[in-house]
Amino acid sequence: METILQVREIRKRYGNKEIVKGVSLSVRRGEIKVLIGPSGAGKSTLLQMINFLVFPDDGDVFLEGRRIDPGRKRELCAYRQQVGMIFQEFNLFDHLTALGNVEIGLVRVKKMDKKAARLRAMAELERVGLGDHAGKYPAELSGGQKQRVSIARALALDPKVMLLDEPTSALDPELIGEVHAVIRELGASGMTMIMATHQISFARALAHEMIFMEDGRIVEQGPPDIILDEARCARTREFCAKIGELGGRP
Amino acid sequence: MDFIPVLKEGLPYVFKGTWVTLVVVAGALAVGLSIGLPLAVGTVYGPRWLRRLIDLYVWFFRGVPLLVLLFLFYFGIFPFLGLDLSAFVVAVIVLGCISGAYQSQILRGAILSVPEGQMKAARAVGMSDLQAIGLIILPQALRLAIPGWSNEYAILLKDSAVTYALGVAEIMARAHHVASRTYQHLPIYISAGVLFMGLTYVGTRLLAVLHKKVRIKGYA
Repeated sequence: METILQVREIRKRYGNKEIVKGVSLSVRRGEIKVLIGPSGAGKSTLLQMINFLVFPDDGDVFLEGRRIDPGRKRELCAYRQQVGMIFQEFNLFDHLTALGNVEIGLVRVKKMDKKAARLRAMAELERVGLGDHAGKYPAELSGGQKQRVSIARALALDPKVMLLDEPTSALDPELIGEVHAVIRELGASGMTMIMATHQISFARALAHEMIFMEDGRIVEQGPPDIILDEARCARTREFCAKIGELGGRP
Repeated sequence: MDFIPVLKEGLPYVFKGTWVTLVVVAGALAVGLSIGLPLAVGTVYGPRWLRRLIDLYVWFFRGVPLLVLLFLFYFGIFPFLGLDLSAFVVAVIVLGCISGAYQSQILRGAILSVPEGQMKAARAVGMSDLQAIGLIILPQALRLAIPGWSNEYAILLKDSAVTYALGVAEIMARAHHVASRTYQHLPIYISAGVLFMGLTYVGTRLLAVLHKKVRIKGYA
């Protein structure tokens, strides 16, 4: 399978603290990579740098072999449409209904005709099981529903890659399952994904590769069973053992 | 009870000033919004030099007393520029500029209280910064600003009374006119005060209704 997204030696520093210290990774079409590691490891910053929500100090991002120049606004906007982003805090647009949230990108960014956009947005909401909630505002939805709307919002733009930044960390335990189900289906449909998560058993079942990050660096990467059970690095083993105790074992 | 005939004759004249007052206030609010909105966007999202410039503007119009500004513009700046503007127009412009400074602060607070993540989400779906501000941030910020505006309306309403010093025929100017002709100061100024109170009440009520009407469902 060909490489679809490549990150090369990407770095970010805030003040005199380097958050991401030269990370490289490449993702093939249809591949699912899961980032694990303690809070503050730089997972979230890395994901946000991939679509330039945080501007890297150094390093390059390539989509389908083309280097993205974030200084060129039009190119950046076009690129971001191809990279769906899911946030921990959902970040729905509070003044718009579920349907409005999904629709607005189609109408305003893709310049799609209003009727076609509505149909497409409805289809995406149905895909995440929220067809009945299209008219509700974010404040009327549960956390799990909000996150599913945000997934529909990203999917509507036909992204080539999805970035998921701890998509279930802000959810009540009861609501995690419905979001996991949607992500699992996405994976089954062949979507390329990079996801940061602490849900180890979910990650093990889904990931093609796991990446353990700490202190701004990739410590170790490999197939989930290797990383979780037979990691070479002691620190990886320690982290996985701890997080496994939290019900992560299958 | 010799003030009754005076009131009967004088009050309709004073009350006619209501329209002048309301037009001055509405005009100043509108001018203030059209100045305050870009200033607020500039202070939150603009580059450093622009923020400095806006700070200077806000400092000037908040720092100099209303009466000084009215005289400065009416007798000083506009004549110097060769502009022959009526007292009414100058009143609307000066009050509008002052209100713009205050409204920029109200709106700045409102913009900052829209969760930051929504700006990120808007960028993430491919919106330009201007689109994100116009389509996502401002529709929410303007809703949040309504209570602050309600305050701004009440302040402008009272400030508008000062424009009588330029000879704008608003409520205060007319009350002063009648009172100094008839020496019935007490009943005339009480009436004017009550009239201002009534206008404050009606305006803030209307804004409260508007606030309720544009409220986002389920949102606190």
